[in-house]
Amino acid sequence: MKIEVKIWRQAGPTEPGALATYTVDDVLPDMSFLEMLDGLNEQLVARGERPVEFDSDCREGICGTCGLVINGAAHGPQQACTSCELRMRHFDDGATITVEPFRARGFPVVRDLVVDRSAFDRIMQQGGYISVNTGSAPDANAMPIAKEVADRAMDAAACIGCGACVAACPNGSASLFVGAKVAQLALLPQGDAERKRRAVAMVQQMDAEGFGNCSNHAECEAACPKSISVDHIARLRSEYRKGAWAALRRNEKRNDQR
Amino acid sequence: MIAQSPLLDDRIPAGPIQHKWSEHKAGIKLVNPANKRKYTVIVVGTGLAGGAAAATLAELGYNVLSFCIQDSPRRAHSVAAQGGINAAKNYQNDGDSVWRLFYDTIKGGDFRAREANVYRLAELSAGIIDQCVAAGVPFAREYGGTLANRSFGGAQVSRTFYARGQTGQQLLLGAYGALMRQVAAGRVSLFPRREMLELVQVEGRARGIICRNLVTGAIEKYAADAVCMATGGYSTVFYLSTNAVNCNATAIWRCYKQGALFANPCFTQIHPTCLPQSGEGQSKLTLMSESLRNDGRVWVPKQKGDARPPQEIPEAERDYFLERRYPAFGNLAPRDIASRAAKAVCDDGFGVGSTGYSVYLDFAEATERLGADVMRERYGNLFAMYHEITGENPYQRPMRIYPAPHYTMGGLWVDYNLMTTIPGLYALGEANFSDHGANRLGASALMQGLADGYFILPATIADYLADHRPDGLGTDHEAFTTAAATVEERTRHLLGVNGKQSVRDFHWELGRIMWEQVGMARNEKGLRQAITDIRTLRADYWRNVKVGSADTDLNKNLEFAGRVADFLELGELMARDALERVESCGGHFREEFQTADGEAVRDDPNFSHVAAWQHTAEDKVPTRHTEPLDFEYVELTQRSYK
Ligand SMILES: Cc1cc2nc3c(=O)[nH]c(=O)nc-3n(C[C@H](O)[C@H](O)[C@H](O)COP(=O)(O)OP(=O)(O)OC[C@H]3O[C@@H](n4cnc5c(N)ncnc54)[C@H](O)[C@@H]3O)c2cc1C
Ligand code: FES
Repeated sequence: MKIEVKIWRQAGPTEPGALATYTVDDVLPDMSFLEMLDGLNEQLVARGERPVEFDSDCREGICGTCGLVINGAAHGPQQACTSCELRMRHFDDGATITVEPFRARGFPVVRDLVVDRSAFDRIMQQGGYISVNTGSAPDANAMPIAKEVADRAMDAAACIGCGACVAACPNGSASLFVGAKVAQLALLPQGDAERKRRAVAMVQQMDAEGFGNCSNHAECEAACPKSISVDHIARLRSEYRKGAWAALRRNEKRNDQR
Repeated sequence: MIAQSPLLDDRIPAGPIQHKWSEHKAGIKLVNPANKRKYTVIVVGTGLAGGAAAATLAELGYNVLSFCIQDSPRRAHSVAAQGGINAAKNYQNDGDSVWRLFYDTIKGGDFRAREANVYRLAELSAGIIDQCVAAGVPFAREYGGTLANRSFGGAQVSRTFYARGQTGQQLLLGAYGALMRQVAAGRVSLFPRREMLELVQVEGRARGIICRNLVTGAIEKYAADAVCMATGGYSTVFYLSTNAVNCNATAIWRCYKQGALFANPCFTQIHPTCLPQSGEGQSKLTLMSESLRNDGRVWVPKQKGDARPPQEIPEAERDYFLERRYPAFGNLAPRDIASRAAKAVCDDGFGVGSTGYSVYLDFAEATERLGADVMRERYGNLFAMYHEITGENPYQRPMRIYPAPHYTMGGLWVDYNLMTTIPGLYALGEANFSDHGANRLGASALMQGLADGYFILPATIADYLADHRPDGLGTDHEAFTTAAATVEERTRHLLGVNGKQSVRDFHWELGRIMWEQVGMARNEKGLRQAITDIRTLRADYWRNVKVGSADTDLNKNLEFAGRVADFLELGELMARDALERVESCGGHFREEFQTADGEAVRDDPNFSHVAAWQHTAEDKVPTRHTEPLDFEYVELTQRSYK
């Protein structure tokens, strides 16, 4: 196959960027999209040009490192598929493909197709965990958890943190990412003690990082390589409401005591 | 009689094996809680081992600096583990126990691991599951709400805990959560997108590291009271492997070149159920979960070069070679045995697929017996993944699989406290050599990483720190300046070659040599050839590699170039170690040492030892040291899976 790619090139966060056009020959249908880009980079290096920078690691759809907007869609045209899993057989010989970085206010471009998603770590720091120190856990079977509950928690926990939800959202919202973690920990009894604080703190951080609000476009679910459901956003809202209400009451009480 | 090298004091505590760890822990010196925050500990790596260690050390009050290559600690390669994690909980009441897990691990490793370490691992396994559940890891459960288990990798008990096909991801997110909590508490500083390129020693102790900031290209210096390597395995020395593309040996290789001994480098594991290679541009091989072997039957056509589609090949003309050769275990034969058998039939010309290097894994019989719905429920995800990658539908035609490099049992030599031969330098997880001997059992790497990270290192490190009070050493010390200059010089050198061949070409060629000669079947002639070939390739690399753009900021090709330079040295050491180990054991199969039916033949009197290599000088043959392995509790037997 012969493919023409129009790729976003940008030298740095504050530099202007533009699409550059390249031709890649000898593309095999079984190649992954990233292997096609590897091939392009080999050509560029041989010509003494700067290769196209993009992130990837596991190349099997689980680490969440890769993330490209391919022909306008986060992770490309296939449903439930990361950029690294996408195969070239889904494109026609001679096709022109546009490749851009995940774009959002919360994800500044580092270079070319590489973006900075450290905001996700900072959101997690606000409560994406259960506070338990090593060594203080009771026996694992001491607290039975119904299979349906564990399964639902696992559905939410499957998030790979790639950020496609943000890239796909017209508002650049991270609600699906945050909702998935909040839902997982709200479903499990272990997470109960911190439920109220967690949702509020994580949402506040999400706002502070410049992610937009959710206005129910559901583009995030469609783009999610793990098909995480927008139902988790509904749960996030309810958890947030309860948390915010509890915080309000705490403040009132404190004021009363003054 | 195997000589005990004076460099290799294993520091295994005396006393009965059941009490060694508890008594050792009780005797460990403690650091005063008020003083802990004055100690800085560097942890390189944020996989299960590094993530768990960094979080736990911080919980204890130490000041921790955590480094990783990825943009977030949550993406460390542990995330890709699928199948599960072992623990001797005996929740199934099927006769499991600490003792049995210990025994299975020693035997699975073909009697090339330390009894005391393995016993401790088995002993700590149950606590790992408790810890993970408390942290919110959504393990699979039964309808009654208790934890579910499955049997894995030929074990005769069900002791594997799992979270769908994403066990590694869920365990890692648990450790990552704990780490994030400590970041928020101000006790861990995160340094993502950093690559450690040098170890800094001051007065013979590990005191810091030099990193390249992978975004800005800046060479950065970090000082500490102790340094821990949790940098994973080195299967990517083979170029194509199941590991992530950024996995590398650079961190531990720097330590080796600084004097830390490297143990059993040739012990590598080849996984039997991976997707075969399809073309030249391929960047990695994908693992298909071993669980598929529970219901799949492995076969090749009886006739060489039979080009008919598999469905058209009648039963009588198929060779179910695993069932034929290993009637008792059949398709569930251990990883090394299944892998070698597949390679042998392909080398003999019976392989299938466009390259002739794959064998069928056929679900027709199971589908008929259990129905398509059951198959979909059990393997739906895997079948879909296979379909997407290969374009072939496994519900209609058998899968094609082939073995691929997967795990490295070798690594930095460590004592019972996980300390390397450099004082203050620790190694944990896949980066050390400690617990799996010559072959790792399925679902035991996650267990070892978390045992090291959550429980062992945080306890043992105090013993060292208590004796080495913080002294205010800063990165202005000349040792840091010298080390940083070495790194800068190496980068300049790499960029300066500006030859004609790409980094990838060299890596590909190295991988080919390794796979052919230092892969799952080895012999003296091939290993000698490999050493010569790798040396030639290495010399050529430094004359002829083209890194491309000379930019020193974000430049992934430069990152790869540095890693390949190290692989070109490590590959030779692996070949040398395989050459000197004149026996077959576990994943190390020397063709000269096999029974008439192709089983590995060990040489216990001469090789029941750990081989640890000491770097001497550039391009000099390193020194081989030995640590004898004594077996007090288990009897050495020949593995038989007939
Ligand atoms: C596809 C696959 C499936 C597997 N399935 C299972 C399974 O089901 N059960 C099981 O028990 N085991 C399994 N394993 C093995 C297991 O996943 C690994 O052995 C284990 O996760 C290794 O963990 P680790 O913490 O030692 O290292 P890793 O998770 O590999 O982490 C290494 C860390 O070190 C960092 N690093 C490396 N070099 C540097 C450097 N120079 N500078 C800075 N940072 C660096 C990386 O960024 C990363 O953070 C599987 C392995 C693979 C490849
Ligand atoms: S590279 Fe890991 S998900 Fe794509």
